[in-house]
Amino acid sequence: MPSFVNPDKCDGCKALDKTACQHICPNDLMVLEKDSMKAYNQDPSQCWECYNCVKICPVDAVDVRGYADFVPMGASVVPMRSTDSIMWTVKFRSGQIKRFKFPIRTTPEGKAEPAGGWANEPDLNSTALFTEPESLGLPEVWKK
Amino acid sequence: MKNYETVEVETDLLICGGGMAACGAAVEAAHWAKKNNLKVTLVDKAATDRSGAVAMGLSAINQYVGLKDGENTMKDYVDYVRNDLMGITREDLVASIARHVDSSVHLFEKWGLPIWKDKDGGYVHEGRWQLMINGESYKVIVAEAAKNALGVDNMYERVFIHEPLMDGDKCVGAVGFSVREDKFYVFKARAVLVAMGGAVGVFRPRSIGEGAGRAWYPPFNSGASTYFTLKAGAELTCQEVRFIPVRFKDAYGPVGAWFLLFKSQATNALGESYMQTRRGELEKWAPYGMVKPVPANLRNWLMLLDVMEGKGPIYMQTAEAIKNIAEKETDPKAAKKKLKELEAEAWEDFLDMTISQAILWAATDIQPEEKPSEIAAAEPYFIGSHSGASGAWVSGPEDLAPAEYFWGYENMSTTKGLFCAGDASGASSHKFSSGSHAEGRIAAKAAVRFLVKENPPKPAIDGAVINKLKDECYQPMKTYEENVGKTTQEDVNPNYILWRPYMQRLQKLMDEYAGGVAAQFATSKANLDRALELLAMLKEDSEKLGANEMHDLMRCWENKHRMYQAEAHVRSMLFREETRWPGYYFRSDFPKMENDWECFVNCKYEPKSGEWEMKKIPVKKIF
Ligand SMILES: Cc1cc2nc3c(=O)[nH]c(=O)nc-3n(C[C@H](O)[C@H](O)[C@H](O)COP(=O)(O)OP(=O)(O)OC[C@H]3O[C@@H](n4cnc5c(N)ncnc54)[C@H](O)[C@@H]3O)c2cc1C
Ligand code: SF4
Ligand code: SF4
Repeated sequence: MPSFVNPDKCDGCKALDKTACQHICPNDLMVLEKDSMKAYNQDPSQCWECYNCVKICPVDAVDVRGYADFVPMGASVVPMRSTDSIMWTVKFRSGQIKRFKFPIRTTPEGKAEPAGGWANEPDLNSTALFTEPESLGLPEVWKK
Repeated sequence: MKNYETVEVETDLLICGGGMAACGAAVEAAHWAKKNNLKVTLVDKAATDRSGAVAMGLSAINQYVGLKDGENTMKDYVDYVRNDLMGITREDLVASIARHVDSSVHLFEKWGLPIWKDKDGGYVHEGRWQLMINGESYKVIVAEAAKNALGVDNMYERVFIHEPLMDGDKCVGAVGFSVREDKFYVFKARAVLVAMGGAVGVFRPRSIGEGAGRAWYPPFNSGASTYFTLKAGAELTCQEVRFIPVRFKDAYGPVGAWFLLFKSQATNALGESYMQTRRGELEKWAPYGMVKPVPANLRNWLMLLDVMEGKGPIYMQTAEAIKNIAEKETDPKAAKKKLKELEAEAWEDFLDMTISQAILWAATDIQPEEKPSEIAAAEPYFIGSHSGASGAWVSGPEDLAPAEYFWGYENMSTTKGLFCAGDASGASSHKFSSGSHAEGRIAAKAAVRFLVKENPPKPAIDGAVINKLKDECYQPMKTYEENVGKTTQEDVNPNYILWRPYMQRLQKLMDEYAGGVAAQFATSKANLDRALELLAMLKEDSEKLGANEMHDLMRCWENKHRMYQAEAHVRSMLFREETRWPGYYFRSDFPKMENDWECFVNCKYEPKSGEWEMKKIPVKKIF
């Protein structure tokens, strides 16, 4: 069923004004059931399995079960995302496990500086975009 | 019905969308706006951190020209794009993006995107134009720079733009609704930049059950750019140029690393390589059939010929590719290490951008070094930034555009003050994530120049106009509320149609008559005429869409947008009386490529009469 929520772990993001999974889903699928204060995917057939709800949940309550109409049962793919890397645990139908770890960014979170530190003095009427030509690594923007 | 508060936002430049192009537009516009004391506002239907086609991440940057290292020339890139699109390309636009794209890539690296480096510190290429990245957080990083430039107070998330705001023939903003709060938004702007991506779900997906959302293209991009620009009276181009990617079957996992990096081959079930056995076929599509690399649609076509002869399934020969690479290492220890590296690279390719494919391989116990994996052609999508070309007809830059392609400001559509970028702008394929970002920047700078030079007045819109737009917006809620009690079953009611069956009706007719998977991508005048008959009724029935809550209201509007994308597509395929991209669609009544169709097909919708104007525009070369 694409993404699904473990009721034992989900705490409804402690009743903050918006839950993390609801905030992030690009397809507006995650909702909070107000009585139980547990989240669920309101339309599995529109889920892209993008894993954004899985990655963002602060208590690891969200997981993904491959689409039932073409994925055999028994496998799982689980991420653990930190501020600079992501570790994936892939469990095969046969039970075999593989782990992969990849970097995700080289700067501290929140610190992307728009001009990237480049000089920034082009003219509004020139072809140069902001930070150019420095950010191109060329003396000037290409001309025909 | 509930009372929805009307919120008015006045701004100078309104950016619709929050994807790669919109984030590029935001960083660029913020810079120029500060210098010229202007206000810039961005609206996204989702959370910009993870919205659009890059929501999941990507494993490669597909456009990097490498001008600084003299790796390629501008002409090389333009030649590649023109040939891949069988000659139908705006060279001025492709060159405009190509001369700036490296700058966006260098910015991404500064912002924190890990780009693979070789021993000498150079970028690792996947192919000639592609760079390998650790791209899980690609979108997060690009959105972060946009936010830091624009300020979160100027960004509206979870607001779905459903209509342009028009003053006569001028586009003066947009209207939309919050999917979280009871708020109707009116954005009044002196210039508008559209970057709401392409469209999926216009055709029936291969998987129609729970997996219906697992299309290659993300289900949340639903034709808003096409609808918006059409309704704003802008001319669109290349609406017939759909994209059909060939990917690993069912989960649509990427094949780029396998084909480009690992030099893998695809074969039919008999082990024959269709690229070799069917080479002769390429001559029919000369001169484009003779170029290297063979255009994407022709590679598709050779594969489809095998499939139509019953020679499938088609396989990516992963085991053979891995063996070939490992054999190059003479030292067994080094070979083992190399294998391990390849394995991680192969899995990262999936985990960074199509996690479903990793699940599918794990669930079917696939070890790529042991056995091949199935690949297949996806259903058609509209993504002008990739290997399709659909989008608005926009002005080129003054120094590159032939006179016919230039009207003042680059990336401005034929509607004054309305700019387009990324999937929203057409005839400039192969810009991908990086080129879309660069194009967003080009369009944003031009839009600021437009504001400074033309100084358009603040829009004054009559309250009655706004009330009418608001009524239209929430009509599905009203229709539902008034009629839901008339049957005992919410979903079977003769007085309204819910979004899901509405979408399925659209998908079924497109699939069967307009060259979807069911029709093996073939169509004809008779079929397209029939599609138009059915679309006309579907359009009438859109007035009867019903929605019981905000999420469903968004789905209603998404599918209305898709329907206009469908009509633009059908009309453009009908108009072009030839077959030019046989692996994208095949006109059975005009099975050959014709010289007199080496031109653009443009279309324009007249909102008042509902009429469409179709025209041929010559292709002008600049290289
Ligand atoms: C599966 C896949 C793999 C790809 N792989 C690569 C790759 O490896 N390398 C590469 O360089 N490129 C790749 N691409 C291409 C790249 O993702 C696109 O070229 C790029 O994202 C296009 O940018 P865009 O801004 O036009 O659209 P998007 O980035 O898709 O952004 C669209 C934006 O519009 C918003 N929106 C949509 N409708 C509305 C509405 N009604 N109201 C308000 N907002 C709305 C969305 O929320 C989103 O913010 C891939 C694309 C796909 C689909
Ligand atoms: S993010 Fe996690 S804890 Fe918060 S509501 Fe969603 S599933 Fe529950
Ligand atoms: S996997 Fe992605 S599309 Fe599916 S519910 Fe989670 S965030 Fe939404």
